[in-house]
Formats: sequence, C-alpha cells, structure tokens
Amino acid sequence: MPDSGLLFWMLVIFIIVLAVLAKWGFPVITSMVDKRRKYIDESLGLAKKADEKMANLLKEQARIIGEAREEQNKILKEASEAKNNIIRQAQEQARDEAAKIVAEAKTRIEAEKESALSQIRSQVALLSVNVAEKVIRENLSSDARQQELIKKMVEESLKIEDNTVN
Amino acid sequence: MKRIGKYLTAFIAAAFLFLPAADVSAASPANGPESPAKEKENSIDIKSMLFGHIGDSYEWHITKIGAKDIIIPLPVIVRSSTGWHCFLSSKLEDGPYKGLYCAEGGKYDGKIVEKDASGNEIRPFDISITKNVAGLMINAAIVIFLILGCSRWYRKHDVLKEAPGGLAGIIEPVVTFINDDVIKGSIPGEHSAKYAPYLLTVFFFILVNNLMGIIPVFPGGANTTGNIAVTLVLALCTFVAVNFFANRHYWKDIFWPEVPWWLKVPVPLIPVTELLGIFTKPFALMIRLFANIMAGHAVILSFVSIIFITVKMGPAINGTMTFISVFFGIFMDFLELLVAFIQAYVFTMLSAVFIGLAHEGENKKTKGNGISQEAESPVIDNQ
Repeated sequence: MPDSGLLFWMLVIFIIVLAVLAKWGFPVITSMVDKRRKYIDESLGLAKKADEKMANLLKEQARIIGEAREEQNKILKEASEAKNNIIRQAQEQARDEAAKIVAEAKTRIEAEKESALSQIRSQVALLSVNVAEKVIRENLSSDARQQELIKKMVEESLKIEDNTVN
Repeated sequence: MKRIGKYLTAFIAAAFLFLPAADVSAASPANGPESPAKEKENSIDIKSMLFGHIGDSYEWHITKIGAKDIIIPLPVIVRSSTGWHCFLSSKLEDGPYKGLYCAEGGKYDGKIVEKDASGNEIRPFDISITKNVAGLMINAAIVIFLILGCSRWYRKHDVLKEAPGGLAGIIEPVVTFINDDVIKGSIPGEHSAKYAPYLLTVFFFILVNNLMGIIPVFPGGANTTGNIAVTLVLALCTFVAVNFFANRHYWKDIFWPEVPWWLKVPVPLIPVTELLGIFTKPFALMIRLFANIMAGHAVILSFVSIIFITVKMGPAINGTMTFISVFFGIFMDFLELLVAFIQAYVFTMLSAVFIGLAHEGENKKTKGNGISQEAESPVIDNQ
C-alpha cells in the first residue's frame, strides 16, 4: 500500500515543481526555441528568395545584354544602309545636276545657235538687199565685172556681218 | 571456438584475481554481532537488506563502517493521539519517544506507531520527511535547477544571435525532442502548448528521479520512482489532465461509442469497458513505472547480494560469483540507465497520447479531417 505521508509529500513536491517550471521554466524555453525556429525558417525563406532574385537578375542581365547586342547590330545595319542611301542619293543628285547642267547648256547652245542663225539670216537678207541695191544701182556691163563686183560685195557684206556678229 | 576459450580463461583468471578481495568483503557480514545459524542469518539479512534499500525509512542510512552505522537523521512529523510531534529520527533509536516507536514485524513493520488504550499498535497521521521524501526534495531541486538554469540562459541571451551553450545546450535538445516529437505529435493543434509544461515536467521529474535512484550513495539512492506512492501521484496527475479537460467527443466515445447497437443497448458492454479504461490507463502508467524501476533496483541488489550469499561456498566459487555479480551488476547499471530514460519517455508519451485522445475529433468537426492532418505534418517535417 502506498504510504500516506509519502503520498502527501510527493503531491506537494510535484505540484510545486510543476508550478515553478510551468511558470518560469518550460514556456520560456519552448517559446524561445519556437522563436528561433521561426527566425531560421524566415531566414531560409529569405535566402531562397534572394537566390531566386539573383537568378532572375542574371536572366535579366543576359536578356539585356542580348537586347543591346541586337540593338547594336540593328543600328550598325541601319547606319550602313543610311550610308549607302546617302551615297546613292548623292550620286543620283549629282547625276541629275549634271544632266540638268548639260541640258541647260544644250538649250543655251541651241538658243545661241538659233539667235546666231537668225542674225545670219537677217544679215544675209540685208546683204542680199544691199547687193540687189548695188546691182540695181550700178550698170553692169560684163559677166566678169559682174562676178568681180558680186564677189567684192559679198566680201564686204561678210565683213559687215562679221562685225555685227561679233 | 578458440575465441570463446580465450575469453573463458581470461574470465576465470580474473575471477581468481578477485578472490582475496572477495574473501575480505565476505568476512564482514560473517563477523556480525549475531550469527548463530549462518544459513538462516544470511537469507534473512539479504531479504531485509533488499527491502531496506528498495523501501522507505525514517533515516538515511549511508553505510556501515565496522560496527558503526553512518546515518543522516531526518525529521519525523507525526500527529499522534497526544498532538503534533516533530523530532529527528535519531531519537527513536533508544526506544520509544513520546509514546512513538518503530514497529517491528506485524502490520506496520518499520513504520512509526503508538499504542492505543487497549495495547494495539495504531498508526498515527504521519507526514515525516522520510528517506524517499528527502530524495524527492533533492531531485525536485535538481530538476528545478536544471530547467530554470536553462530558461535563465534564454532570458539573458539573444536567442537569435547565439547558440545555446552550457546547461541550456544540454537541456534544450531534450526539451525540443520531447516537445516536438512526443507532445506535438500526440496532442492536436493548439492544445499541445497548454499541456507541454506538464508533460515536460513529468518527463524531467521522472528522468532525474530514475537517474538519481541508480546512484548508490547520498544524495542519490532513494528509490523514489520505484515507490508506488510516487508513481500514484504522477498517474493521478495524468488522470486529471486527461479527464478534467476532455471534450464532448471523448465522453461520447466512452458512453456511446460507434459500435454495433447490441454491444451497448441491452447490456452496456463496451461503455462499461471504456469506463474501466479511464481508470486502467493511468493505473497501467503507475504500475509500469513503479515495477520497472523497483525491479531494476532489486536485480542489481540481488547481484550484489550473490557475493555475500556465496561466501560459505568456499573461496573458489565465491570469487567466481563475485566476478560474475560485478560483471552483471555493471551490465544492469547500464541497462538501468537505458530504462531510466525509456520509462520517463514512455510515461510522458503515453500521457501525451491519452491527453491527445481526450481532444480528438475537435478539428474534424470544425475544419475537416484533411486540415487536421495537415496541421500535424509540419511537426513531422521539423524532425
């Protein structure tokens, strides 16, 4: 049979131990352990997140570098195209300009020629009128004289024309 | 075969080496003051020695040097027919003190008794600080010192910046182990935090008492957890913790369990069994702890006794048996270390399981089964 005195003391001692430890002992330990566990879990989570971020950053970096490279290629290509365009345009422009100048020169020459011809024509008409006048005015006796006279007159008129043309 | 032979020769050689020592140690009981019939005296000695060590006493007997007992007297607190008495147990040595004396033989063997008017021995109300009570006090102080020492560390240090060292480093893993594996594993959800201090106290209280019981000299050696009064109180506390805070589902399962109707309607077979189970569960806890620890002590003491029993069989047998008993004594002490932990663990675990059963089915009603299982899984993950 359990002894009543021992029973009594055991009850008292155990309840005191329980009270003391339940108040100041175990809750402190367990709560601190839980706190630390939570902290460790959180830290692990953060580390994981940081890792993910890092991986994302690396990916992003690679992507940006790739994009930059593409951009560079594009720009280079565009630049070379632009260069070619400019050269071509310049060439075209130069050709056009040259053609225009040539055409202008041609038209001017044509015009000069035209005006010269018309002047010649009027001069010739004038000469013919003068010659006819002289022929009519003077009395021509012989063919030789007439020929010489005509020659002389043509030469005169040519001289005159030369003076007027120039 | 060769190996076994080698061990055997070593064993026998060692046994003979022990011979002289065994002879000397065997001489002391033989030289005792009264030795008319050796055989009879020996067997009586062993029995009283065994029960003297396992049982309780009013003084703390440490050892005997020559004819002189070394004893720590303990206070006796008694309320007899003449009122309250409080005195040291050493006063009882020289006959009755204030009408009180230690009974020898009879119903109250070894207890303090007084004589009533008709000359019969009656037992007064006795709350003496006996050896076991003193042992319990010492062990309780050790438990409180250990746990408060650990919690003091946490108060003084930043738990997020330092790893626990010293006492906290020893206690914390054990607390965590019991708290996470046993308590949170058995008691569902939010209830585990409520019962954790009780169960942890039970664990450390039993563990320290078991371990101190193995130490053969003061301040250990009191057979506290091997005493049924101690285990009775512990089992009673678990009984209270289980039944006084149980939910409706628990009581419904006892009085109206989900079994075929004919098992509960005309003759309430299952309810009666379940009702008995309320009491048998803590009873089993009480007996298990008590029997394990007491038996362990009894076995170790028996092995030691073999040395003295075999004295009369001659030096050869006595020497051999001394070696064997020392060998098995060491073995048993190691086994007891294991048992000390296992019994503390088993008591705590079963208490936790019983408390868990008393709170079962709450989550099922409110949250559904799947969630309650999920709530348990983080505990397993943490392991």
